[in-house]
This record gives sequence, C-alpha cells and structure tokens, in this order.
Amino acid sequence: MPDITIGQAGIYAILGYAIVFIGLIALMLVITLLGKLFTRKKEEKAPVPDAEVAAPAPVAAPGTAGQLKLYNVDPKTAAMLMAIVADKMGKPINELRFLSIKEVAE
Amino acid sequence: MEILYENLLAFQWQDIVMILLGCLLIYMAIKKEMEPSLLLPMGLGTILVNIPGSTALTGPIEELYNAGIANELFPLLLFIGIGAMIDFGPLLSNPKLMLFGAAAQFGIFFTLSMASIFFPDAMDAASIAIIGAADGPTSIAVANALGSNYVGAITVAAYSYMALVPVIQPPVIKALTTKKERMIRMPYEQKAVSKTTRIMFPIIITVVASAIVPDATALIGFLMFGNLIRECGVLDSLSGTAQNVLANLITIFLGISVARNMVAAKFLRIDTLLIMGLGLVAFIVDTAGGVLFAKLINIFSKKKINPMIGAAGISAFPMSGRIVHKMGLAEDPQNHLLMHSIGVNVSGQIASVIAGGIILSMFGG
Repeated sequence: MPDITIGQAGIYAILGYAIVFIGLIALMLVITLLGKLFTRKKEEKAPVPDAEVAAPAPVAAPGTAGQLKLYNVDPKTAAMLMAIVADKMGKPINELRFLSIKEVAE
Repeated sequence: MEILYENLLAFQWQDIVMILLGCLLIYMAIKKEMEPSLLLPMGLGTILVNIPGSTALTGPIEELYNAGIANELFPLLLFIGIGAMIDFGPLLSNPKLMLFGAAAQFGIFFTLSMASIFFPDAMDAASIAIIGAADGPTSIAVANALGSNYVGAITVAAYSYMALVPVIQPPVIKALTTKKERMIRMPYEQKAVSKTTRIMFPIIITVVASAIVPDATALIGFLMFGNLIRECGVLDSLSGTAQNVLANLITIFLGISVARNMVAAKFLRIDTLLIMGLGLVAFIVDTAGGVLFAKLINIFSKKKINPMIGAAGISAFPMSGRIVHKMGLAEDPQNHLLMHSIGVNVSGQIASVIAGGIILSMFGG
C-alpha cells in the first residue's frame, strides 16, 4: 500500500470509528433481542400462579408497640441494626426512635 | 585460546544495550509484576537473540515465530483462553454498555492520524495505531498481518501500557471529570441471564460481527469459541485448561518468539521511541474517548451515568474495570461500580477485536 497522508489517515479514522460504532450498535440490538426472546420464552414456560400473591405486609417488631415497621427484615437483623446505629451515634438505644427498617435490594 | 574470546570480541554496544533491555523486561516482570507471563519470556528471548552468533535466533526462535506468529496462530489460540476467562454476564444484563466499548476505541483511530505524520507507510501507521486496542494478541495479529517492520516495538508498547493501565488511566479520568461526576451512583439491577442466552451469545456475536467485519472473523471466532467452552456447561475441565494451561503456554511461546524482532538492528532506532510515545497517546485518548462519551450521554439522559465507567471501555481486561471500581469507592465508599465497569470492559474486548478487523479490512486488502 502506498504512503498515507494525515488527511487520508483522518478520513480512514473517521470511517473506521463510525464502523466500530455501527458494528457495536448492531450487536447491542441483537443481544437485546436475544435477551427479550429468551426471557419471554421462560415466562411462557413458567407455571401460572392460582392467585396473585399479595406483597408481604410489614411485620411489627416485637417490643416496639407496633411503631417500628419491618419490610423484608427479620427481627434479629433489625435488632442488630438498631444496636449498631445506637453504638455509632453514641446514644442509648432506648433514647432513639426507629420508625421502619426496609431492605433495599441493589 | 582464541576460541574462548573470539565471540566476546564480536559484541557491539547495541547488543549490550539490547541485553540490558532484556534484563529490564525480566526485572519489570518479576519485581513490578508487569505482565510477567509475557515480559519474562520476551526478556529472556531478547537476551538470546542479541548474543553475537546466537543459534537461538536462527534456530528455535525463528521456527517458533514462523509456526505461531507469522501465521497469526498464537494470538488466535491465546484468544481461546481469554474468551474462556470472560464472563459476559454484566454485558448481557445491560447491552447498552456496548456503546462505551465502541467509544473507547477512539485512541486507535486518533493514533492512526498521528502515526501517519511520523510513519507515512500506511501499514506501519495502521499497525502502530492498533496499540490503542489495548489488547496484546490483537496488536500482534494485526501488526503481523499487515507486515509491519515494527512488530517487536508494537508488542512491547502494547503489553507495557496494558500493565501500566493503573498508572495511565486514573490521572486522565480525574482530569476529565469533576468530583461530583465521579460520585454519581449507579445502582446495579441484577437481571437473570438464562443459560441459553449465555450459550447463544458467543455464536450470535461470531456470526454478526464476522458478517459486518469479515477480517475480524478469526479473531472474534476464537475469542467466542473460548467463551462457548466456558458457558456450555459440559466442558468445565476444558474451560479450566483453556483459561490456565493453554493461555499460559501460548503466552510463553508468544513472548519468546516475538523476541525475534527484538534484535538491535530492528529495535534500537528513534522509531521505537516514537512508537512507545504514540502507544501512550493511544491509551490516553482511548480513556478520554470513553469518559467523554459517557459525559455526552449524560447531557441527553435523565438517568445519569458515572462517566468513569467509559474509561473501562479499553479492553485491558479486567484491570481497567477494577480501576474504575476502585476510583468510585475512593470518592464514595458506598459507590460500587464494578458490575458496570466490568460490563463496559468486556464490551471493550469485543470492540477492540472488531476495530482490529476494521484496520485489517482497510489496510490489509
């Protein structure tokens, strides 16, 4: 191949970069379709539940007169969390008021 | 008596410099743990080929070179191992990450323009540009396929800078982002990826990518073959072998046979320094391209992206993904970017192979 000037190289560079993007966008679309296709198939295969399951109701923590609501957190974990918070804040736990503890899924 | 010192007198200062360079490569491999599996055999190979009258150069190293590099076999075999190492799960969970992989190939094309100033030969300019793929096997395969005169220097540059990613990337990322941007949190939504999807992925990627860029067929095909071995679920032992034994063995042969191009006459030139400089530019611009693309997306997107993840689009896997994760944690200990950055990182692996194929299509024909 003959020598290349910076202008020609610039044109090759723009074209090449554009093709990389086009190629990757095409692959992105294919992967997205693939994911949707197999997710749908899986959903179709999954057994249909008899009745819609209601979201779990918050459970009242023991010893809190129903004021502390726990969402997907068991009482033991809640107790540990409250103890940690009290310790970090340097205050007795009976001087703190916890309204609710909810697990945040990441 | 003459036989004892005859060869010693044949040493030129250039040979001594190259032997010292070989020692430096071995030092970096052992002491600094910079890509030791490649730099150590390459260092020893450099010593072997620069001893006057060395039978290693004309014998085993030349044979290995012809058997594995001249025909591009070693880089391709190494890709089987790399493919077996990669979990594409984070990318399959969020295919949009593919775009960042594409953006971070900017260094290749920017360097192509810059290299053409110093290296007017199109083959050499294109071969030097591919250092920006941040992917050793791709750099070797492309430079060799294009018949570049600088395969040795390109290999040293590609692998050295890959090992130096933890040093090169953070200052570039910091220079291009504000603290507020680096603190952007990106909660990771775990999406289940079915086994069928994982198996179909390497097959479909091979077909689609090869259809778009036929010159990338071998590179992408071997990479995806390795991944298929990993994901099929019935070849666990083979997958382990590909990830460890095969990859290590090929890397050793690759390193020692690349040393064939590390003879003083080919390496000790100003050109080598220029190639090292251009390689560094390629890595910096790759990083900048990824970060700036993420910032551009943020202008139009309501859901903000931490622009640092764009930097992981260079294919130095998995270092680049980990660096971004660590930088995120340094700004905010609760900010876990790992899954996003690794997703971008593996998409960079695919993008770099496609970019390599495009370079081959443009200049190889």
